[in-house]
Amino acid sequence: MLNRRDFMKTAALAGGAMALPGLSGCAMGSRPRGHVVVVGGGFGGATVAKYLRMWSQMGVDVTLVERNPLFISCPMSNLVIGGDKTLADITMGYDGLKNTWGVKVMQDTVTGIDAAGRKVTLASGAVLSYDRLVLSPGIEFMFDQVPGLESEAARNTVLHAWKAGPQTVALRKQLEDMKDGGVYALAIPKAPYRCPPGPYERACLVANYLKKTKPKSKVLVLDANEEITSKKGLFTKAFEKYQGILEYRPNSELREVDAASRTAILEFDKVKADVLNVVPPQRAGDIATKSGIKLINSRWVDIDWLSFESVNTPGVHVIGDAIFPAPTMPKSGHMANQHAKVTAAAILNLLVGEAPNPNPVVMNTCYSFVDSKNVIHVASVHQYDADKKTVLPMPGSGGVSAAANELEGKAALSWARNIWADMLV
Amino acid sequence: MKLLRWTTVLCLLGVVGVAQAGNKADPNLARNLAATCANCHGTDGKAVPGSGSEALAGVEKDKLLQKLRDFRSGAKPATIMHQISRGYTEAQLELVAAYFAAQK
Repeated sequence: MLNRRDFMKTAALAGGAMALPGLSGCAMGSRPRGHVVVVGGGFGGATVAKYLRMWSQMGVDVTLVERNPLFISCPMSNLVIGGDKTLADITMGYDGLKNTWGVKVMQDTVTGIDAAGRKVTLASGAVLSYDRLVLSPGIEFMFDQVPGLESEAARNTVLHAWKAGPQTVALRKQLEDMKDGGVYALAIPKAPYRCPPGPYERACLVANYLKKTKPKSKVLVLDANEEITSKKGLFTKAFEKYQGILEYRPNSELREVDAASRTAILEFDKVKADVLNVVPPQRAGDIATKSGIKLINSRWVDIDWLSFESVNTPGVHVIGDAIFPAPTMPKSGHMANQHAKVTAAAILNLLVGEAPNPNPVVMNTCYSFVDSKNVIHVASVHQYDADKKTVLPMPGSGGVSAAANELEGKAALSWARNIWADMLV
Repeated sequence: MKLLRWTTVLCLLGVVGVAQAGNKADPNLARNLAATCANCHGTDGKAVPGSGSEALAGVEKDKLLQKLRDFRSGAKPATIMHQISRGYTEAQLELVAAYFAAQK
């Protein structure tokens, strides 16, 4: 029996002999083989797992390590908070990846990476060897930047609900329990953070709920940024529709929280709320920041845009919200899915000794609900620039909705169904 | 054995040559470009039935390409496709249209 290395050598010999002196037959046309470990089963990780299997005609083995038993979507989770959808509507399993695509899904947590030995260690004690590793760890909250949120008790009172799941349901419950005439305050961190338009969508959907059911209540948006960071004109118009309920305050960076009294402490002001919702500043997920992988600003992973491989840790690719973004590139689930496809294509090339596609393209679409039915979008297309070694928005492309509309409300729901299927089914 | 080793070395050099070739088009370029559409139009253009999104798999190449050109020029009104189609070159749109046309 030939093992894989012998087979490759023999194939190379045959190819080399036929193709001499060009040698181009060496690795070209070989079917990719190997084992890829993917860490994190969100928009990036689930997509890269499926596409590696699909594009290798099931030739490459893929193990997906995900700590949660089910996928819960951050996009659309503001509809749960606003009472328009339930958590079940945004929850899906990993059965499609397992049964249709033959991905080995392990409910576990990666605790360590041995990049030189190409191995990862899991919390369960298991050790996985890999030919290529993909980290799609999402974000970690920098709670140390928000004094007053050190304890679990404080974090159970002042919720972020910025990772969909139990906190989504808990924030909905707090809003349901809030009295008519209560104040819901939402603190937004300085950019970059996950899902730039997300906080403004949330403010709209909470205002929409309160307007219908508790009209004496208030929504107070405390934005650390100097202005709305995404779809500014459209959100400004949406906020006007909630006049009397919703108040937007720019340059309002949170300094501290008093969780017991649900008070947000700003530089010159204190805001006492009935429901205080703090989205803390963020950085790349722990496994990416604690493994010696090069970071930018100590927060986001520095990657090669042709392959999403770490610039200092060969064999380790990082995708999604965890990376230092290219100019104007948002941290979004849609974009993570696009990173995943560039990465899957690059890995399949690398496994047969070929260079990654020199012209990768990624694009983004973010839909935001401004009420239960009306939606606004922002879209962009980014292409690789060989001189600048990054991906840049294509001049003349992209843009936002002309105005909020119901047609895009339907498009947004269709987007969700299609992207969830693209990653999981 | 000596021949085998030499050939392996030459082969590796050959691979390095490919890696340095830079802008040589990737044989899977059409597949990779079409994958950027899947988030809304389904994997390989097979939209989720009943989702309301247009399935692109199996659509005749010329028909799809004309539609994309019309989105780009503004001749065909759209909520979002005019903005997205302008992010791709004509050659890229042709590859995408051909790829979807070939999907069953």
